[in-house]
Amino acid sequence: MIEIRRVFTQVEEIFHEFGPVPAQPLLRGAIGAVLTNPYAGRYEANILPMMDALQDVGIDMARRLLAAMGVPAERIATYGKGAIVGEHGELEHGALWHVPGGYAMRELLGWKGDREAYKSGQVDDKPTGQPANALSIVPSTKKVGPPGAALDLPLTNINASYVRGQFDAMEVRVPGSPLPDEIVFILAMTTGYRIHARVGGLRAEDISQWNGLR
Amino acid sequence: MSANIRKIIVQVDEIRQEMGRPVSPPTRRALAMAVIANPYAGRYSENLDELIAIGEELGALLGQKCVHALGIEPGQAQSYGKAAIVGEAGELEHAAALLHPKLGAPLRLAVEKGAALVPSAKKRGGMGTTIDVPLGHKDAAFVRSHFDAMEARVSDAPRAQEIVVAVVVTDSGRPLPRIGGLQVQDIQGQDGLR
Repeated sequence: MIEIRRVFTQVEEIFHEFGPVPAQPLLRGAIGAVLTNPYAGRYEANILPMMDALQDVGIDMARRLLAAMGVPAERIATYGKGAIVGEHGELEHGALWHVPGGYAMRELLGWKGDREAYKSGQVDDKPTGQPANALSIVPSTKKVGPPGAALDLPLTNINASYVRGQFDAMEVRVPGSPLPDEIVFILAMTTGYRIHARVGGLRAEDISQWNGLR
Repeated sequence: MSANIRKIIVQVDEIRQEMGRPVSPPTRRALAMAVIANPYAGRYSENLDELIAIGEELGALLGQKCVHALGIEPGQAQSYGKAAIVGEAGELEHAAALLHPKLGAPLRLAVEKGAALVPSAKKRGGMGTTIDVPLGHKDAAFVRSHFDAMEARVSDAPRAQEIVVAVVVTDSGRPLPRIGGLQVQDIQGQDGLR
């Protein structure tokens, strides 16, 4: 079921945007895997087998992305994910990425929850102090699009979605993909604050509720 | 003077399968781009030495970024190319100053040897403009399996006062080359052509 045709990685170092140059540049990375869409061209009622099959893809992609960024997992501050479905697929095929994509990154970054419980819809985060890392939902976008379509991946803090200085988005596209029978599954991670973040709001060091939000 | 670099972007494109056939080993192309301030934006300058010097700096920096991203020894690089997109307040000659006088020598150091011309493209454009970076084998320009191009684009560059400079290095040719011509194993590698 899993056929990876192409892997596209991108790492961006941002030194400034015409303001004071910080000591460390912001790093933003994304990885896109171009897969054959096994459900292209027809309506398939049960697409869940693909979701399970994608788990190993997600784990491999998350590791590759971190390696390409060349930083330890501790420096990853925000994440996001997305999917671009080729013309012969439907939006719902892109939704297959929510669990395997999100949890691959969260587990890599130190999440200790129960993936199975999440899949079956049970709440599993019991906030008492900082229970683990990567507590936030992984924000996402998806679309059906032509080869070379660009997708803006939303990015938010891995522990508290409301960290304002880290709200961001990263445009990702794979030239020439997806073909009609392909899907591009994408993961993104960054080292943190927008390059000249200065609109106030919650700071990462002030996270207190450990509920994935604040 | 050294370049005022706003951002650097490195991409690796690995193709494992094409038309249902495995590509083994996968082809891999690395693209490194720098978004720099154009020191001559908005005015005519007869002398373009600052951009020529920046070109030399970026030849080394971007060439090394590509080789590092591919995880290869410099000698394993197979093809290369370069390109620049000049923002609206600049002129095409600014791209030429970056690309042609001095960018090549340090790039060739980064990929070891490099007898062949580094194929290039240039244009003026706005933010998100794409440019196809032409690729050719680094030691013999006539190797037909390595004629290729890689699309380069930065969503928020070049701003009017900026230039995007791109270098591509690969460790392979096209995914399933089969149109004949000079083969890699038949390269003489002396004159840069064959």
